[in-house]
Amino acid sequence: MVNTPPTGSTSGTPAGGTTPPKIQSLRTDSPRADATETRPVKADVKNLSFYYGSFKAVKNVSLGFYEKAVTALIGPSGCGKTTLLRCFNRMHDLYPGNRYEGAINLHPSGVNIVGPHASPIEMRMRVSMVFQKPNPFPKSIFENVAYGLRLRGVRSRAELEGRVEQALRGAALWEEAKDRLRDGAYSLSGGQQQRLCIARALAVEPEIVLFDEPTSALDPIATGKIEELIEDLRTRVTILIVTHNMQQASRVSDYTAFMYLGEVIEYDRTAKIFTNPAKPLTEQYISGRFG
Amino acid sequence: MRSLESIIRRGQRQDLIFKVMGIVLTVLCLGTLGVLMLDLAVSGLPRLTAGFFTSFPSRNAEEAGILSAWVGSLLIMIVTALLAIPLGIGAGIYLEEYARKNWLTGLIEINIANLAGVPSIIYGLMALGLLVYKFHLGTSILTGGITLAFLILPIVIVATREALRAIPQNMREAAYALGASRWQVVKDHLLAYSAGGISTGVIIALGRAIGETAPLVTIGALTYIAFLPPVPFTHTEAGQMVSPVAWVWSPFTVLPIQMFNWVSRPGDDFQANAAATGLVLMLATLGINGIAIIIRYRIRRRIKW
Repeated sequence: MVNTPPTGSTSGTPAGGTTPPKIQSLRTDSPRADATETRPVKADVKNLSFYYGSFKAVKNVSLGFYEKAVTALIGPSGCGKTTLLRCFNRMHDLYPGNRYEGAINLHPSGVNIVGPHASPIEMRMRVSMVFQKPNPFPKSIFENVAYGLRLRGVRSRAELEGRVEQALRGAALWEEAKDRLRDGAYSLSGGQQQRLCIARALAVEPEIVLFDEPTSALDPIATGKIEELIEDLRTRVTILIVTHNMQQASRVSDYTAFMYLGEVIEYDRTAKIFTNPAKPLTEQYISGRFG
Repeated sequence: MRSLESIIRRGQRQDLIFKVMGIVLTVLCLGTLGVLMLDLAVSGLPRLTAGFFTSFPSRNAEEAGILSAWVGSLLIMIVTALLAIPLGIGAGIYLEEYARKNWLTGLIEINIANLAGVPSIIYGLMALGLLVYKFHLGTSILTGGITLAFLILPIVIVATREALRAIPQNMREAAYALGASRWQVVKDHLLAYSAGGISTGVIIALGRAIGETAPLVTIGALTYIAFLPPVPFTHTEAGQMVSPVAWVWSPFTVLPIQMFNWVSRPGDDFQANAAATGLVLMLATLGINGIAIIIRYRIRRRIKW
């Protein structure tokens, strides 16, 4: 049980209100980290609130997500982490009664993803998503990866083939799938299906890839492969990942945001969050005392 | 307290009783159908010669055939299919994928379900008032086709909606997440994945339409007709080219009306004709439903999630 409900939503975050966080160095214990780099912010969330009808599921969240880094969103069920994730590609627009407030500014273009002038279709073309349960289309492996490219008007066979191969290689599925591109996607195993969905999301060269608990339906070996993949992707694309699995968050992410009851309680480098959290609530959740 | 054994025995006894009851009832239903078919076959089969299909009805039972009836049935089915399939599928897609879910669409939904249960003769009366008297379409193949299209439209709409509803929501989300528009989601995914369910519904609806008699009698379909609709691009006696759509204005009869006509006549030879026509109608319906089963099986095997 929680003994002290949070009062300030963002006071503990590096964001410190509405200014994007300026972390000058990455975690130094990681071989990937470059201690001198100043990472630019890719997506700047400002006072974002989200309503399902009259229920406020995300409450006045402000934080900056770094470019070409992995940020994990953690927190107990119903804390709003998936809801926050689905704001980034306007998935909520598919259902009636949903409403956004505030802004998610995408850099460098500066477009506000949830603004009234942003087209949801354009946002989904720039921000792709990998879902909780593998959901390939009941089409061939090739067509699954090619579909996003076709939507963007790619017609040339050669270009499609090249980019499908590139995406499948990027998702570490090429070796397993190259001889069976015409086979149905559902002939693949669950883990392969999820990697196919990752290839589908990567093929369109998105600015951000959203992962919504991508391994919760997979066995440990398939989970390991997906985590390795995220590891490989971190240098190429900005990644946001929602996860229930705290070991996973600590393994794959550079930054972690802990959410509770629709608010961001703490946002910091992953190493810091998991070893020395600033807030007692974060500490309680990390150590498994609730959630 | 009773022993565990007696409780289990009691459960097994009930199981057995239900099983026997089920078998008896199934045999009874299928047996009745079988006897009916057999009876039709015994009296009708000798009349099922090639000549039966190529002859017009006649006062002489041995010379009479069902040429005008099966041609009429076929042409009416073409008109019905051309109207009911696009309209029904379109309406189903709109209601399921586009329309907001509010009291109005709820009302429409209930009404469509009710329309599917309206007696077919009511559709005939509506067609008589609207199509024949108001729009002056006459007792033509067009009128008959439109009437039956009205009749099966609710079935096609309901089948389409159910087929769409059976598609998991995560398929829609996957397509939308890649930046597909609503129409692209429908065209590239939903129609492809629901094709089995929709075509099964359409074919079963057509199977119902082919046996309909009452609405066509109501609009004034002929019971005796000894000519065929004009064939497109042939020449009339006056030397004029026949328009490709002239046939829709032609008067018609259909298989069930022809059958009814023969049943109502005295004499065993006409009864044999009626039985033979009934057999043709039964086989046509069974054939149509068989096609539906094959299509469903094929598509189900191709699509799984």
